[in-house]
Amino acid sequence: MTNKIKIKIDGKEIITDQGKTIVEAAHENGIFIPTLCNFAGALPKGCCRMCTIKINNRFMTSCTTPAAHGMEVENNTIEINDFRKGIIELLFVSGNHFCPSCEKSGNCELQALAYRYQMMVPRFPYDFPIKSVDGSSPYIIKDQNRCILCKRCIKTIKDEHGRHYFAFKERGHKLEVLLDEKMGKEISSALAKKAMENCPVGSIIYKEIGFEVPIGQRKYDHKPIGSEIEN
Amino acid sequence: MPKKITIEPVTRVEGHGKVTIQIDDAGQVRETRLHIVEFRGFERFVQGRPYWEAPVLVQRLCGICPVSHHLAAAKALDVIVGAGTGMGLTAVGEKMRRLMHYGQIFQSHVLHFFHLSSPDFLFGIDADPAIRNIIGVAMHHKDLAVQGVMMRKYGQEVIKYTAGKKIHGTGAIPGGINKNLSIEERDILLHGADPLNADKMVEWSVGALAFFKAYHKNNKTLVDTFAEFPSNHLSIVRADGAMDLYNGVLRAVDTEGTRILDDVDCQDYDKYIEEEVRNWSYMKFPYLKHLGKEKGWYRVGPLARLNTCDFIPTPLAQMEFEEFKAYTHGKPNNMTLHYHWARLIETLHAAEEIRNLLKDPDLQNEDLVVKGKKSHRGVGVIEAPRGTLFHHYEINDNDQITMANLIVSTTNNNQPMNVAVNYTAKSFMNGQKEITEGMMNAVEVAIRAYDPCLSCATHALGQMPLEMTLVNENNEIIDCKTK
Repeated sequence: MTNKIKIKIDGKEIITDQGKTIVEAAHENGIFIPTLCNFAGALPKGCCRMCTIKINNRFMTSCTTPAAHGMEVENNTIEINDFRKGIIELLFVSGNHFCPSCEKSGNCELQALAYRYQMMVPRFPYDFPIKSVDGSSPYIIKDQNRCILCKRCIKTIKDEHGRHYFAFKERGHKLEVLLDEKMGKEISSALAKKAMENCPVGSIIYKEIGFEVPIGQRKYDHKPIGSEIEN
Repeated sequence: MPKKITIEPVTRVEGHGKVTIQIDDAGQVRETRLHIVEFRGFERFVQGRPYWEAPVLVQRLCGICPVSHHLAAAKALDVIVGAGTGMGLTAVGEKMRRLMHYGQIFQSHVLHFFHLSSPDFLFGIDADPAIRNIIGVAMHHKDLAVQGVMMRKYGQEVIKYTAGKKIHGTGAIPGGINKNLSIEERDILLHGADPLNADKMVEWSVGALAFFKAYHKNNKTLVDTFAEFPSNHLSIVRADGAMDLYNGVLRAVDTEGTRILDDVDCQDYDKYIEEEVRNWSYMKFPYLKHLGKEKGWYRVGPLARLNTCDFIPTPLAQMEFEEFKAYTHGKPNNMTLHYHWARLIETLHAAEEIRNLLKDPDLQNEDLVVKGKKSHRGVGVIEAPRGTLFHHYEINDNDQITMANLIVSTTNNNQPMNVAVNYTAKSFMNGQKEITEGMMNAVEVAIRAYDPCLSCATHALGQMPLEMTLVNENNEIIDCKTK
């Protein structure tokens, strides 16, 4: 039997199981905390910082911080929301995200978060990096222009021996997520589709099915991201 | 003293351009040029992108006729995915695209006639520019202005229900479409509340034609002689010679009506058409290869389409077509202002086509996409509102685009517009002591008849200033006027 604990998020008391992270506890109780790199079934790393909250006046990542009894969490505040908006803006300016022609538009978590946090014009200058597009796999196109380096594909797309199809290459500003050339050619259709679904943006694309879902039937066409969680 | 007159920007057209007119010591127009001062670069930056992205990406060329680019690209990609060269789609696939296309033709033609050109007809070419605009139309001819707005709205609604949204939708995908038309959507378009229904659109289209014909009757000399010049005409036509704005074979006729391009396959367009680059404009000059640069240029658009086709396959538009053809005794019509007449006949045809298609139960079918053996090259040609539009793509084994060539409608009309500017400038300005605003607007009227989309992007709607600069032979400014 698990121990129940009580925490407060923005003054609202919720009950959760000991051992749950703050983001898990919040979502179970109908409180939205935005995430990007966090993904069900994969070990949280706190690398995108979207889920940042404040505890005892300190910024913490809620996907890696376990909930503790009596904890008081700040989540939906002007300061934290602007911080999150800043992260979204940084992601936009550091890649080449052209939503109008991207087939993930309407299903893209980054785009949906930008709408939710009302990003109009980024406060940072655009980097316009020169990035490559790899179409050598029979089922996948890996578009580095749109990659936000969240590692969700690295953590979740593996073969039956546990080998990773995707991996980091280089470091610092040269860091990229690559699809292994040999394994990419052998990837199954089903796993390729899963890779596309797990990618929060349009960086991993299953070939030849783009735009098959009409406008009006896409995931975020009618309700903003997070509305599926919020009470 | 020689003068150089600059009209910049040209107003009430889509996009940005300018006209320069050189006048010599004797007051005679020496040289005229229509410069296109924007550079877009879509052909280059589509390279490397996945091919199925092209219909959504390249339609961003334009905010007025994105459907045309969307469909031309999709047609080219139909060939690449093995869905045939125009007739290989499922019934619902082809008919939904046709509905989308005729909605686009309808709204764009209406926009051009009511919003951009009607001020010239209602108030006169040399009327006060403060009144000679769409606001003036709304104030002094309210019923006409309301018709224009509501007709355009109807066309945009057709696009919304077929492409997903009114501007920059995603309806056409390689090999077909991503949605059919629901019964509810069909009923809204077919039997919507007055005036937004198919019958009213046909009725108002007939009314717009009657308005133009009455204007023509009272201004015969102007309409018939304004920038009239001989030329070739090119468009696609259906295999049996009927007007077909969505699919067909390439046909061109000369000024006498002799066929100079005899129903050739659109996939072979580059065997017959070449483009010339001139150092004073970003817009190329296409011409028919076998006739050369001097004799091979041609007109496209509504006037050209009525000159190349044998008949129009809807009854009301066919009646108007017969009257139009009888006016020139069956010969090609070379009168620039008759573009408006032809455009309104096409508007009526589009309204009739929309009404017919909406009654077709195939639009509710579920088999949306068809694919076959993939190839590496595809050409899509469509009759956009402004004329023949060519999209040509090549891809590599990784499904990425390696080459794109787009010849947009207005590009095809580049040389004819330059000729029209020259005719008009000479006609209105030769030997005149003073160049008036009305004379400058006459030059714009000639350009406007072609409904050019100079950038294929933005829409000025006459709100930008018109600037005239007089310079001496050393290019020093001696006078400048802004209206």
